[in-house]
Amino acid sequence: MSQKLLEVEDLRVTFPTHQGDVEVVKGISFDLGRERLAIVGESGSGKSMTGRAILKLIRSPGRVTAKKFVFDGIDLNKQSERQMRKLRGARISMVMQDPKFSLNPVLSIEDQIAEALRTHQTLTRKELDEKVLHMLEQVRINDPARVAKLYPHEVSGGMGQRIMIAMMLIPEPDLLIADEPTSALDVSVQAQVLDLIDNLIREKGMGLILISHDLNLVANYADRVLVMNAGEIVEQRDAADLQNATHPYTQGLLNAMPRLDETRDELPTLDRTQWAAT
Amino acid sequence: MSAIELNNLNIAYSSVQVVHGASLTVEEGESFALVGESGSGKSTILKAICGLNDEWTGEIKLYGEKVDPRKRADISRISQMVFQDPYGSLHPRKTVDTTLSEPLTIHGIKDNGDRVVEMLNAVGLDQRYRFRFPHQMSGGQRQRVAIARALMLKPKLMLLDEPTSALDVSVQAEILNLLKQLRKDQNLTFLLVTHDLPVVSFLCDRLAVMKKGKIVEIATRDQLAKGTFNEPYSQELYQASKHEHVA
Repeated sequence: MSQKLLEVEDLRVTFPTHQGDVEVVKGISFDLGRERLAIVGESGSGKSMTGRAILKLIRSPGRVTAKKFVFDGIDLNKQSERQMRKLRGARISMVMQDPKFSLNPVLSIEDQIAEALRTHQTLTRKELDEKVLHMLEQVRINDPARVAKLYPHEVSGGMGQRIMIAMMLIPEPDLLIADEPTSALDVSVQAQVLDLIDNLIREKGMGLILISHDLNLVANYADRVLVMNAGEIVEQRDAADLQNATHPYTQGLLNAMPRLDETRDELPTLDRTQWAAT
Repeated sequence: MSAIELNNLNIAYSSVQVVHGASLTVEEGESFALVGESGSGKSTILKAICGLNDEWTGEIKLYGEKVDPRKRADISRISQMVFQDPYGSLHPRKTVDTTLSEPLTIHGIKDNGDRVVEMLNAVGLDQRYRFRFPHQMSGGQRQRVAIARALMLKPKLMLLDEPTSALDVSVQAEILNLLKQLRKDQNLTFLLVTHDLPVVSFLCDRLAVMKKGKIVEIATRDQLAKGTFNEPYSQELYQASKHEHVA
């Protein structure tokens, strides 16, 4: 964690409504090195909005403000839309939740992955093909030459997600944001996809922001965890230390999960009034 | 008497056979789970039991009587289903009151709203939600409405298709507690489809592990807690689940 990849201070995301402005991210601050950071929270906690804000993907009328918003020496506050487009994909990329909706249905796998690369670099057709096949191998797709010609509807969910990861990693970004990368997948496939992301991140020495609602998953695949509730960071912890969480919200989330050897008659539920005042 | 008896059940969608010779027995008052990956045929079995799909051969018996898929009304008096997605399974333009009264109207039961009030109480929803539309409620509240709707006809058997997988952990805990409580209060039998083994451990007595349309193993909750399955595939599922767990 020698140099900082991303520095965020007092990040706010606001949406205007008829009842006045609603702040969905309420001034959060964090730093990220070349490490694996997780943001956990329930629906509506602002975790996905944080991920999108980093890529400046919040569309008007939504507004993003931050006191400090620096990615690898580049002040994101000052970047124009055009300059952002150069960063997205090439330096920071994002894996979305559902491969069914995030892949272009009318492009073959090969063209789709090549497109990600062609946007940022000029390469000959031959070089492109080689890189695409190599990337497909890296995400452990058997018989990449055959799969490259397929269309998204011809592949399974787990394979689709691996293709999306291939697409996001082929321009060799420095930071990968994975927003619920496995929640649309089967339990048995989830582990494979996460192990894959994990390996590639380590190999390439990238930074990762893993956004998830699943505390178990996060404990296994991140170094540090930020717990978000109602737009604020309520707790920061090392992943290994997650069981010792002190904030009642984090504790509540941990206790509310059933266990494999469940003996409790009733699961404790969150008393939402308890920390509403804080 | 057993609540559900499946004998050599085969289910096909057009020419593709998705369930191969499934046989199992669920006792009255038991809570039984079907687990497996997507595409293993677990939801398909549920749909066949409640009459949503009649393309099957073999035998389905509910409380000792053979199921005739042409008599849907009879089936729905005995068994009701709760679906995965509370955002998709409620009619967006009907109020909670209409949604809950509909089963009564269909079955020609006269009632001046007492049953609606009673069921809202049973699922822990305040009466002020009675005339709301689905979009005015949260996911957890909607799932409570879906459960209330399933209970309107006083069924003995509840078929639950991933009832909590679309919900947040804290809301999942509330719904799981509610289901457990209702089962105790109303003496219900549960057949639950899920891919989440910890949920099975909390809610069920026995489970059947499915793979590619076949039941590979029927195990008890004890076996699940200790991880002592007999089949390698079940053990694999167990390990995948355990791998993910913090505590």
